[in-house]
Amino acid sequence: MNENETTSGSALQELTEDPSSRKRFLKAMGGGGAAAALGVLVAACGSSSKSKTTSTAAGAATTSSSSGGSMKGDIAIVNYALTLEYLEAQFYADVIASGVIKDPKVGSLAKKFGETEQQHVDALTAAVKQLGGTPATKPKASFQSVIQGGPTKILTTAATVENLGAAAYLGQAGRIKSKDILAAALSIHSVEARHAAALNELIGAGFQGNGPLSGSLPDGAFAKPMAMAEVLKAVKPFLTA
Amino acid sequence: MNNENLAVPELATVEIQGHTRGAFILRGAMAAGAVYGLGAVSPFVGQALAQGGGDADIVNFALTLEYLESAFYTQAVKKVPGLSGKTLDLAKELRDDENQHVSALIAAVKQLGGTPVKAPGVDFGAAFKSKDSFLKTANVFEDTGVSAYNGAAPSIQSGAILGAAGSIVQVEARHASLIRLQRGAPPAPLAFDKASTKQQVLTAVKPFIKG
Repeated sequence: MNENETTSGSALQELTEDPSSRKRFLKAMGGGGAAAALGVLVAACGSSSKSKTTSTAAGAATTSSSSGGSMKGDIAIVNYALTLEYLEAQFYADVIASGVIKDPKVGSLAKKFGETEQQHVDALTAAVKQLGGTPATKPKASFQSVIQGGPTKILTTAATVENLGAAAYLGQAGRIKSKDILAAALSIHSVEARHAAALNELIGAGFQGNGPLSGSLPDGAFAKPMAMAEVLKAVKPFLTA
Repeated sequence: MNNENLAVPELATVEIQGHTRGAFILRGAMAAGAVYGLGAVSPFVGQALAQGGGDADIVNFALTLEYLESAFYTQAVKKVPGLSGKTLDLAKELRDDENQHVSALIAAVKQLGGTPVKAPGVDFGAAFKSKDSFLKTANVFEDTGVSAYNGAAPSIQSGAILGAAGSIVQVEARHASLIRLQRGAPPAPLAFDKASTKQQVLTAVKPFIKG
């Protein structure tokens, strides 16, 4: 834990402990460029084509330079994704270990999804290292209250977490500088979306949801990105730092 | 090219040959993430970038796919015998989504100063013979759609277009998952979704394009 204290590797830990560092971190991550970007397109497909061609920060996605600044940005983004994947992986592992899920079909889905999240953890850890950064440490989290809530609560939470995950990746896509990292993030993003849709279906939330799912679910034919601050706020109840 | 596949929607198994990023990174993550890792992605990205064409070309390419999907579900809703209940609802939902994607992409091409491509002529062969063949072909379309967007997105120059493509591909992935569940297939079979080159996607959908 100590050796990571000064790096972005412990970003989440800093976040939960130090409000000023939290502000700094979130500021460094910037606002959702993709969100603004989507707004342009979605507005464009409405009746009045209001061309609001913004020059968002996301426009910088064209440069695949490896200047120190952009590299740092990518490392922070990948570590953010890594933190979320750690949470997802632990969630499924805890759920499976609890033995609460009796339906074998749901059980095998949870097992498969959990293994997938662990593979994401491994790949993102490797990615941070390749970028020359220090991988984020596994956050301390507990899902016991969810597990005690029984299968329905577990599945609803799984859906919430997966929809958040998909929205989180989408929120970062336009901010990633390295094409390699972008390609990797995209290939994980659509898997999170598959998980989310399957779980929505399982809990009977259909294609569009409300309640805990609102905000992270697609608004009809277009998925919504979520900014880092929103996502971190949503997962905070699970953190036990 | 792929004549033997004409009416046989087994195109999903026309797996992206060669060394795709998905295959590489998957291997990397499973065997030794640190060894392969992201470096393995580079050959693919290089390949994708080498395809040339600007954002308008990429969006037009996506538009062609969305036109195909839109036509596919529009016809399916009318033609597939005994399509009912949840499967019918899903087909309608997907039809509506694909139509919205078409509209959005047409607007995007125009915004980029390009000329939107026209809807291709289509022939879905035996895909509408039964609910099973419909779902099987839908599965091919949706998985192919995901891999097409994932493959093209890193080449997109405009942040706005990238954001839009990301927003659409997430919905395509959700479609793929739901269609797969309907046919009792695993909704998310891979830990890392594939990325296809334009040529690979065209090869996969070619049997459905007429004229």
